[in-house]
Amino acid sequence: MSGKTITRADLAEAVYRKVGLSRTESAQLVESVLDEICDAIVRGETVKLSSFATFQVRSKNERIGRNPKTGQEVPILPRKVMTFKASNVLKNKIIDAHKQSRGD
Amino acid sequence: MIKSELVQIIASKNPHLFQRDVENIVNAIFDEITDALSQGNRVELRGFGAFSVKNRPARAGRNPRTGESVHVEEKWVPFFKTGKELRERLNAD
Repeated sequence: MSGKTITRADLAEAVYRKVGLSRTESAQLVESVLDEICDAIVRGETVKLSSFATFQVRSKNERIGRNPKTGQEVPILPRKVMTFKASNVLKNKIIDAHKQSRGD
Repeated sequence: MIKSELVQIIASKNPHLFQRDVENIVNAIFDEITDALSQGNRVELRGFGAFSVKNRPARAGRNPRTGESVHVEEKWVPFFKTGKELRERLNAD
């Protein structure tokens, strides 16, 4: 387990390597893929990427929270959050790869 | 929105590309993220969010129906934290 951090640049590099567009265009396409997903989520759509994951928006009700430092009660306002649900394909790939690298 | 719809949107905005190419581009992106997580790496996409893998140690679980004690194996689960910009856009109004 190497513990690196992958960024947009690495994704663009993968597109460049696998699809054969220019580096500039690869980077632009990575950006537009992420933008389209964000826009759909902000519109309230569920985004399903088969064999990867589902992104969904959930509305949270107001609830009473507590400042853990001061113990003071504060209202947490109603808000929207995005949830990520990994597909079984993704979950199994991750588990298998980690088990293998551990040698069982 | 499903993956094929995402491909269509991107293809319609890039008329010089074949739909087949756009499919390969979208797959390349998510395959790369999958590979990174499989190798135990983090994927950080500013404005969107960050993917990481969390380790869940083996534990003694219980069958809720029978109360029987069962061994739950160690596992690694993908985790996602929504980026600041997207979180703010979701609550813009």
